[in-house]
Amino acid sequence: MARNIQSLERAAAMLRLLAGGERRLGLSDIASSLGLAKGTAHGILRTLQHEGFVEQDDASGRYQLGAELLRLGTTYLDVHELRARALVWTDDLARSSGESVYLGVLHQQGVLIVHHVFRPDDSRQVLEIGAMQPLHSTALGKVLSAYDPVAHSEAVEADRKAFTDRTVCDLDAFEHLLYLTRARGYAADVEETWEGVASLAAPIHDRRRMPVGAVGIAGAVERLRRDGELRPELIAAVRDCARAVSRDLGAGRF
Amino acid sequence: MTDAHTAGPFIAAIDQGTTSSRCIVFDRDGRIVSVDQKEHEQIFPKPGWVEHDATEIWTNVQEVVAGAIEKAGITRDDIKAIGITNQRETTVLWDRNTGEPVHNAIVWQDTRTDALCRELGRNVGQDRFRRETGLPLASYFAGPKARWLLDNVDGLKERAEAGDILFGTMDTWVIWNLTGGVEGGHHVTDVTNASRTMLMNLHTMQWDERIAESIGVPTAMLPEIRSSAEVYGEIKGGKLGDLLGGIPVASALGDQQAALFGQTCFAEGETKSTYGTGTFMVMNTGDKIINSYSGLLTTVGYKIGDQDTVYALEGSIAVTGSLVQWMRDQMGLISTAAEIETLALSVEDNGGAYFVPAFSGLFAPYWRSDARGVIAGLTRYVTKAHLARAVLEATAWQTREIADAMTKDSGVELTALKVDGGMTSNNLLMQTLSDFLDAPVVRPMVAETTCLGAAYAAGLAVGFWNSTDDLRANWRRAAEWTPRMDAETRDREYKSWLKAVERTMGWLEDEE
Repeated sequence: MARNIQSLERAAAMLRLLAGGERRLGLSDIASSLGLAKGTAHGILRTLQHEGFVEQDDASGRYQLGAELLRLGTTYLDVHELRARALVWTDDLARSSGESVYLGVLHQQGVLIVHHVFRPDDSRQVLEIGAMQPLHSTALGKVLSAYDPVAHSEAVEADRKAFTDRTVCDLDAFEHLLYLTRARGYAADVEETWEGVASLAAPIHDRRRMPVGAVGIAGAVERLRRDGELRPELIAAVRDCARAVSRDLGAGRF
Repeated sequence: MTDAHTAGPFIAAIDQGTTSSRCIVFDRDGRIVSVDQKEHEQIFPKPGWVEHDATEIWTNVQEVVAGAIEKAGITRDDIKAIGITNQRETTVLWDRNTGEPVHNAIVWQDTRTDALCRELGRNVGQDRFRRETGLPLASYFAGPKARWLLDNVDGLKERAEAGDILFGTMDTWVIWNLTGGVEGGHHVTDVTNASRTMLMNLHTMQWDERIAESIGVPTAMLPEIRSSAEVYGEIKGGKLGDLLGGIPVASALGDQQAALFGQTCFAEGETKSTYGTGTFMVMNTGDKIINSYSGLLTTVGYKIGDQDTVYALEGSIAVTGSLVQWMRDQMGLISTAAEIETLALSVEDNGGAYFVPAFSGLFAPYWRSDARGVIAGLTRYVTKAHLARAVLEATAWQTREIADAMTKDSGVELTALKVDGGMTSNNLLMQTLSDFLDAPVVRPMVAETTCLGAAYAAGLAVGFWNSTDDLRANWRRAAEWTPRMDAETRDREYKSWLKAVERTMGWLEDEE
């Protein structure tokens, strides 16, 4: 059996110590209970504190379990919370881009649309909340695959179907697209899912910098592109929107 | 791409609300350029009493206007006009010579005038002034609040008779201060705010001398009634005078009427509903003053300059968003308000459960103060998820009941409902609403319909926009829900809901 990492074992012991019996303990209590030098114990506690697993009481200097630990098992971002937080920003994105806006999260092997804002013209449109989109060909799906490891493995294992002759199905080429997505901070889909339709998307992060969803626009390829290139002002608007929603969820500035 | 809103000119709107004052700067497309907001203190001197410090509010208004202008990075030359929308009915009296309020403002929710209103009803009851004012004698309205102040602040009656005291709802207070205050401030109100005082006659659009005398408010202290969209005066004096002196103050609308305007409900029958802790539904009834026999309020929708007055019917639901908060805070069934949708979506239907949140009685269209909340139809099968459904359905059914009352009173069928407010992010609720109403439910792209309405009215007054058609062209549909429920299911469910409503009545036995 491979050797375990000692400092992790010690950190685990500290968490157990703080979880049982007396809830708040001083540094010397912790060090002596675990048979550690104060300096060693302090180093581990400081690291745990930095991660939010342990908190130090300002007045007494004693340690207790941190809120982050309590959140660990139970937190996931409710998609309806995500929609509520995104509402204002996605409306503004639709207004500034002139295109329809979609907010998607990973669900099973695809992208579940959890919010949809109509294109701001007077045309008849149907609300697409609840619809599924493919992971490997849409901008929303590529963003999720690039940032969320679970989405990534789903996309890699899936049968990447060719919807048009521009769909990227080959694994290496797909991975390269994801690499580009991470490097640029956004993904695009130019007629890879639907003929005549292009889409753009960027990642939404929560306060722990976890990727929780993707937001983007979709519309006629001739509107999203100028001189054969995706319009930079649309890319900027999509990324601004994603950052605004992330900030609203508590993520720091990028 | 229409992202060119850094180029002016702009319209600013002040929203003097119940919990905060805000200022939003809008561009010609009705897009938000900047926002500033500041909360003010809620003062609770006794149970049921709610007051605001009008001086604090005026200070905050000045700050948020300056703040919004600064955030937008613009100057006085870029602003064509400023408009006002406000919490309705909240009443302040002040000394015209010093500009000092004589007492804290009495807030619309304050119930201290309950007994006074009963006394004023005498043997006629709460509908004594309904034919003239459109309102029942209830503690919300401003006239009786003014009377209470005259009765309870030492020496106030004498000062009022000497002509030293001015009355105002918050629009009046803000406009008087904006336009110079003691240095010649304009003492005016708009028709929508005046229609909530119980002192204005809806037929003449003037103060009703007889009613004012009955309530005990000298008409000398009342502001001049003006339209909702005209130049009342210019910003003058004080800190804002330095920053924005000379800018026309060009609109005033009560908050719900401003939302009606911001939603561009300009045609008879067009209706908006604002979903917050409570819900306010307002229907444009055109030039018709419709007496309600279903417990709705008859009120003024708006009046643009010297055009004809547009009237409205209003129905409010006391408990909507607050029921979701109750599920979160008192029941602990969800941890955020948005989770109600997640929980509700985990089941297909309400499992036979109906939740009537008559927490402080039934309001429109029943008006039964002896009712209390009920969850009906419980069986062992019912889970918390079914109750979450029932919670959302309660909001939708209550909307349906108000809509039915509006149709009954006005004879106009609801063809579509324009919605705004926080709860519009709840997709399941919006779909349910459409299903229960059997009508499309439409959400506009600008969520800030209240401020937008004030900005629109101010912009019309100064010719920034030419007509209501211009404003309609600005309106954008962000989402639309269409009915998916079959008529048979809807009718069956409505019947069950009405049965549950019946079961709330008469719970309190010795209601005074």
